Amino acid sequence: MRVSMDIELKDTPGQLLLALNPISELKGNLKSIVHHHEERTPRSTIPVQLVFEIEPANLEVLIGRLEDNGIGVARVDEKRFTAHGAVLLIGHIVHTDIQDTIDTIDKTGFAEVVNISLSMPQIDMRSSASLKIDAVGKNELHEAISVLRQVAIKKDLVVIEPIEAEIS
Amino acid sequence: MRKVRASIIGFGSVGQGVAEVLLRKGDELKSLGIDLDVVAIADSKGSEVNLAGIDLKAALGRKREFGTVAIDDLTGEDVIKSVDHDIVIETTPTDIETGGIGLVNMVAAFEFGRHVVTSNKGPLALKYRELVEAAKEADRKLLFEATVGGAMPIINLVRDTLAGNEILSVEGILNGTCNYILTRMMEEHASYEQMLAESQELGIAETDPTYDVEGIDTACKLVILANSIFNQDATYQDVDVTGITKVTLESLSLAYDEGYVIKLIGEVKKDRLRVSPRLVPASHPLAVGGTLNVASVSTDLAGTITVTGRGAGSIETASAILSDIISIYKD
Repeated sequence: MRVSMDIELKDTPGQLLLALNPISELKGNLKSIVHHHEERTPRSTIPVQLVFEIEPANLEVLIGRLEDNGIGVARVDEKRFTAHGAVLLIGHIVHTDIQDTIDTIDKTGFAEVVNISLSMPQIDMRSSASLKIDAVGKNELHEAISVLRQVAIKKDLVVIEPIEAEIS
Repeated sequence: MRKVRASIIGFGSVGQGVAEVLLRKGDELKSLGIDLDVVAIADSKGSEVNLAGIDLKAALGRKREFGTVAIDDLTGEDVIKSVDHDIVIETTPTDIETGGIGLVNMVAAFEFGRHVVTSNKGPLALKYRELVEAAKEADRKLLFEATVGGAMPIINLVRDTLAGNEILSVEGILNGTCNYILTRMMEEHASYEQMLAESQELGIAETDPTYDVEGIDTACKLVILANSIFNQDATYQDVDVTGITKVTLESLSLAYDEGYVIKLIGEVKKDRLRVSPRLVPASHPLAVGGTLNVASVSTDLAGTITVTGRGAGSIETASAILSDIISIYKD
């Protein structure tokens, strides 16, 4: 997941390294760093904004290690879903338990169906639906679509997936 | 000047296109040092053989008037075995069940030491390894650019122009009939059945459209790409195939609302061969309309290269055959 974090550094040499090392130790991927060297907080510390990707399970560990290093963590903003995809379904979508279909994605824990548009021309005719899926990363989005594909085979639904370039 | 004697085996739309193109391009071929005579033409009813070179214009006229070029009873296979020549232009119809007469013709051609240039997908999709081996053993060429994407260069593009690149994947629209139907459904807000009927009326779809609309044609092309580009030993059974018959107008509209079009996409990767309707962003290079074909080749060095062009048609397919013929004698 992607995390944006405000931290505060003491104005002594080597402080930034103390903040960044734990991120790399926990296999985080630093996306941006804004170092407001000329600014000071009321506590005379230097505010720094970080954006990084990290495994959700490692976030608490990271915060602990930063605090152990004497780094103040002022704000943590998780952006859980960084990958977004659209998928279409065609078939008897409602009669094959649409709730169950959505649940199989939501139950993964790493992806969710966030929007669904349904078009049902006539009773007994196949309906079409467009699903928007959010996932914590590209790989998870692939995995979610693959889960959906398995369900669709069982329910005799056609899945129309995005081309590879869209989700990789 | 190099004297080249060729046979055209199969004189339907593609075979006649080849004859027309050879008539039109005789001087260009000579300027490349190739003096090509067609010494035999065979169709399903028989053949014409003339070792001094057939008058192609007369042969085309006779075909149009009488429905055949046959002057004697020799079959294509007989011609390949008994008429002395260098290169077999194999343009018989595709048989995807057994490879049909095309397979017999190609095997015979190598047995008698002749090159093969073909537009016939069946034998290549079914017996690629055997044919490549037979060609190698005979020290002859087997070229088949015309089997995938018609005029659109893909096999030779990868083999020659992109030489040295590792090919990561090929993704594209390889069937003009499906592309036409899906494009027209959206344009006319019409059902699949209506637009299938329109394309049959226009001659874009066959009376029995199964081969195109169920994705079988695309799958055969993927097998040829997988074997020739990715050096696999794939057959039709290895392809995961979904056609376009279940695509609804509503699904096209829903896709459109999200900024997508639906296209029948063939995808080749090292570990996956798949034909299925896919969502393509409306602004993506793969989102071509009408009967066009398109392919995106993803490579390690050159990035992604996309080519588009007419995937069918007599002269267009003959263009790919002509370039294969030239490439044999330019070397």
